[in-house]
Amino acid sequence: MNTMSHKLLRIEDLVLHFKTRLGTVQAVDGVDFELDTNRAVVILGESGCGKSSLAKAILRLLPRNVQKYSGEVYLQGTDVMQFDEEQFRHNVRWAAISLVPQAAMNALNPVIKVGEQVAEPAIVHLGVKREAALNLARRMFQHVGVPEDFLERYPFELSGGMRQRVALAMALVTSPSLIVLDEPTSALDLLTQANIMNVLKRIKQELGTSFILITHDIATSSELADEVAIMYAGQIVEVGHARDFFPAPLHPYAQMLMASVPRLRSESDPMFITGQPPSLVNLPTGCRFKARCPFRFDKCEREPLMFGKNSRKVKCWLYE
Amino acid sequence: MLYYPSAIVGLLVVFLLVFTAIYAMIKIPYNEAIRLWRGGEEVWYQNPKFAPPAWFNLFSSKKYSESFAVKTSDGSMTREVTPGAQGTSTMSIAYTFDFSYDYYPQELILYFTSSYEEKQPFISAEWLTPDGRKIRLVNMALSQKQTYRFSQDEKLKTRLRTEEVIPYLFSDPETGALVKGEYQLLITGAAFEPDADINVEFVSHGQVYGLAGTDQARRDLVVPLLWGAPIALAFGLIASLGTSVLTMVIAALGTWYGGWIDELIQRITEINLVLPFLSILIMIGTFYSRSIWVILGATILLSIFTGAIKSYRSIFVQVKESLYIEAARAYGASSPRIVFLYLIPRMIPLLIPGLVSSVPAFVFLEASLAVLGLGDPVLPTWGKIIEDANSNGALYRGYYYWILEPATLLMITGLGFAMLGFALDRIFNPKLRDV
Amino acid sequence: MITELRDLKMNTPKINEPQALLTIQDLRVWYELRRFGFGHAGYVKAVDGVSFALAEGETVAVVGESGCGKSSLMKTILGLNIPTSGEVVFDGENLSGLKGDGLQHYRFKVGYVQQDPYGALPPFMNVQKILEEPLIISGMKSREERLARIHKVMSEVKLHPVEDFLKKFPHMLSGGQQQRIVIARAMLREPKLIVADEPVSMLDASVRVEILKLLRALQESHGLSVIYITHDLSTVKYFSRRIFVMYAGSLIEKADTRQLLGNPLHPYTHALLAATSDPEARNAETFKEVPPGEPPSLVNPPTGCRFHPRCPRFMAGLCDVKFPPDLEPEPGHFVACWLYQ
Ligand SMILES: Nc1ncnc2c1ncn2[C@@H]1O[C@H](COP(=O)(O)OP(=O)(O)OP(=O)(O)O)[C@@H](O)[C@H]1O
Ligand SMILES: Nc1ncnc2c1ncn2[C@@H]1O[C@H](COP(=O)(O)OP(=O)(O)OP(=O)(O)O)[C@@H](O)[C@H]1O
Ligand code: SF4
Ligand code: SF4
Ligand SMILES: [Mg+2]
Ligand SMILES: [Mg+2]
Repeated sequence: MNTMSHKLLRIEDLVLHFKTRLGTVQAVDGVDFELDTNRAVVILGESGCGKSSLAKAILRLLPRNVQKYSGEVYLQGTDVMQFDEEQFRHNVRWAAISLVPQAAMNALNPVIKVGEQVAEPAIVHLGVKREAALNLARRMFQHVGVPEDFLERYPFELSGGMRQRVALAMALVTSPSLIVLDEPTSALDLLTQANIMNVLKRIKQELGTSFILITHDIATSSELADEVAIMYAGQIVEVGHARDFFPAPLHPYAQMLMASVPRLRSESDPMFITGQPPSLVNLPTGCRFKARCPFRFDKCEREPLMFGKNSRKVKCWLYE
Repeated sequence: MLYYPSAIVGLLVVFLLVFTAIYAMIKIPYNEAIRLWRGGEEVWYQNPKFAPPAWFNLFSSKKYSESFAVKTSDGSMTREVTPGAQGTSTMSIAYTFDFSYDYYPQELILYFTSSYEEKQPFISAEWLTPDGRKIRLVNMALSQKQTYRFSQDEKLKTRLRTEEVIPYLFSDPETGALVKGEYQLLITGAAFEPDADINVEFVSHGQVYGLAGTDQARRDLVVPLLWGAPIALAFGLIASLGTSVLTMVIAALGTWYGGWIDELIQRITEINLVLPFLSILIMIGTFYSRSIWVILGATILLSIFTGAIKSYRSIFVQVKESLYIEAARAYGASSPRIVFLYLIPRMIPLLIPGLVSSVPAFVFLEASLAVLGLGDPVLPTWGKIIEDANSNGALYRGYYYWILEPATLLMITGLGFAMLGFALDRIFNPKLRDV
Repeated sequence: MITELRDLKMNTPKINEPQALLTIQDLRVWYELRRFGFGHAGYVKAVDGVSFALAEGETVAVVGESGCGKSSLMKTILGLNIPTSGEVVFDGENLSGLKGDGLQHYRFKVGYVQQDPYGALPPFMNVQKILEEPLIISGMKSREERLARIHKVMSEVKLHPVEDFLKKFPHMLSGGQQQRIVIARAMLREPKLIVADEPVSMLDASVRVEILKLLRALQESHGLSVIYITHDLSTVKYFSRRIFVMYAGSLIEKADTRQLLGNPLHPYTHALLAATSDPEARNAETFKEVPPGEPPSLVNPPTGCRFHPRCPRFMAGLCDVKFPPDLEPEPGHFVACWLYQ
């Protein structure tokens, strides 16, 4: 297989629906995007729009109440959706794509030394011996900026920032080509946040890793983003290069979202979006943003397609 | 609610119990129930002792004889009076019944009542079997009240040359086999005064009786089984409501005010936890009073300061720190207001399932005390039935029904409340709910 | 009013400004640490020597990282914490002298907006009950009167139609609506001061600005004083006239918003500003300059300047020995750093 001609990751029409008492939650509903090696895409969206569910769908870490899970996930040209669980665990999860889950720093096992915890994925997914895995863990600690003697500590002996770095080391230890980061900095302090972003940038430079960074913090996301994908009500409504997107977003939602960000270094008056996102159980027909959209017109009653404009794609009839 | 089958079953059981309780109280008013329960031979003479319920026959290929009682005064036994000369009269009293059982009755009894001035009336009784034999039972003069027990007539025994009168009456003298068919009791009476009169009641103490059977005192177990329901429910509900509410209020006050109040509550709880709960109740029952109200009060008092107060406390400690309490303090809510309007309501979702689930424990407690002989001396309860059964050796004598009936009701009650409590917990505290 | 305040010497021992609504003088809030539940094991010096004055109608932001003592300071102002030492004077009354009714009366004059709106609302009360509570407590007996007041305040926080909300429970509302209820509750008794502790940090980006603008509008129309606590410097300038930067229990820089953002003096303030990003693509190309280490323990804070172990401009023999006083290198711009001696 010629890996050069293929994108690192290509996702087509990925769907993840949950079954609940109230009905079907369409948390991920037809997501497409692609990512090259050593690039970082940020997935931006408001709380509850399905960001974490997308991460779970990519890594096939599914809860019990899945209603529908379909689509294609090509990893260097291979559709890993065809893999059975065993193949997936061996060749994809952690081996090629690893995840730093939301609130990972609070999910560390409190009674196991952090060194052991970081070594664990290498033992499980790569089949490395314990000694070698601990050495790998030591190397990863250097990458994420945790002093080596912390290997012997327990999670409660570490500050929040340090624990987040440990969680990051856990994702790095198998040398994956892609790391999915779910809200890696949102519970952290400003300076710690900046520190972690520096660590991520350095890893990207030094190890050539790709990132999917999931966050609702638009300002911080710009620290890492090569590409930006805006998620709204289970769908991606705009994707594009960061340098195109940040100065001039296209989708009305993206424009309003960007306008709502308070800025330290400019005098702009931030705006806000009235109304609320639709419930993922009861989605409106047509464009999902239409209830809040100031540019709505007749066409918006039908579901918009992804319209391409240069390297950018927008799911809005305005760009037909 | 409808999502939970266990809730529906539990609710159904609880409804059924409540319905039974109400039915019991309407059908047999309290005073009547007490009269029946405490009544002796004079109330229950019609019933056999130790008789399993009549529906036993449904499950048995050999049929036990059912009990009956008939009398002339209400016409269930026919009586023909033929006036004779000089104010005398003869009367013929007959009762024909079909006997198609495989076991003999325990006993046959005739209760005579007669009225006369001077000369006693006279009767003679005969027994007609389906195969046409006629057995003379007795000839005797009647006093005003006279009881004739078939099995204890020594003369009859000698005449029939048997010790077992009743089997003899129902079987073929040659083969000794039981004879099924129509039997007749025939009593011919002679009264010698114009106003003299004879009435008779014919009672057959069968092998089985009624819906629930009888105990050692011939009492129909329907009475205590029915009345056990309201008593068990009242005891269980009052005890668990009293305990839960008081525990919660005390835990809330302790947590909120802290300091020595909290310390005191903790220490009392620790002491109470090592006190032997049941022994104290037994002591109260033995030395002070066995009244159900006293026991109820003691149960509640002793159950307040238990592990529950500690678990409530640990939750209150968290709730106490919650932001909405901080907000309430900031807008000037007084301490009692915070305890009763902010802390305690937060716990209601935990309280209600716990309350429902703890009902069975108290019902069982009351039953256990009764089994130990410390039940309320007046009230008919499920525990009392078990106690009576136990002290009459029901199990080794094979009277399983006597224990199984109250035990089944206790178990159903326990199960019903437990299932309902569990379901309520899942409804009120949906974290446990599986997605 | 503000200029007069600006001229105040924050480090002078007495502040007796007649216009000041709130004066904090050398306030300390120490929490005792106990070993195994008893036995003294030191203090958490959450607030350690804080002084400032707030004029009527003035807005000030307190900026600092998690655990630096922002909430402890605010809870003391709200009368929820008892100060270890120092004074809180509100409207001419010393808070430490207030008890019972007096304290309750004080609380009527101060509104509190918390960080997590869902946690701040009792989950078992509906909106009407939630909003009636403070009114009942302050002795408003008539139900009609209470409802009229609730209607008024709810339309002020733009929760209309009011009737639609009254019977709802908090979990039926969106985060933004919940926070409006919290704000309405704080506004019910026409307070003079509102303390808003990270009022938008739990809300979605698109809602944050809306809530901040609402608070701002209320502040202007009612002439409220507002203390706005945040860790997000980028929202500050939309909201407050002055900024206090807090580090490890003390206010290390106090200045006018424009002054502070335009000319930050304290090395820590510099670091905070440098770490705050605006959403721009070029951010990805450079590394941020971040001081090493983490905020110190408040039990055993560093000697001298508490920032010295992390400070890039640390001067040995001075910074680690003597605690820097409030200096005023330009009028109204106070900084606790030896660089400006
Ligand atoms: N296992 C599940 N079963 C049912 N619904 C779920 C499940 N997991 C998530 N959801 C729902 O799916 C929607 C998307 O959830 P998701 O966690 O992906 O959102 P998110 O964008 O990550 O939000 P946040 O920013 O709050 O983390 C939400 O409405 C959530 O309630
Ligand atoms: N009741 C208490 N007892 C002991 N220590 C406390 C108490 N309350 C707060 N602290 C400690 O005091 C310090 C300051 O806490 P405070 O809540 O004031 O910080 P903050 O600046 O509001 O932080 P955040 O941004 O996380 O809300 C912290 O180290 C905290 O652990
Ligand atoms: S499709 Fe229509 S409603 Fe949707 S974002 Fe575009 S213009 Fe607005
Ligand atoms: S006083 Fe010294 S250590 Fe502290 S901030 Fe100023 S220069 Fe740095
Ligand atoms: Mg998420
Ligand atoms: Mg705080």
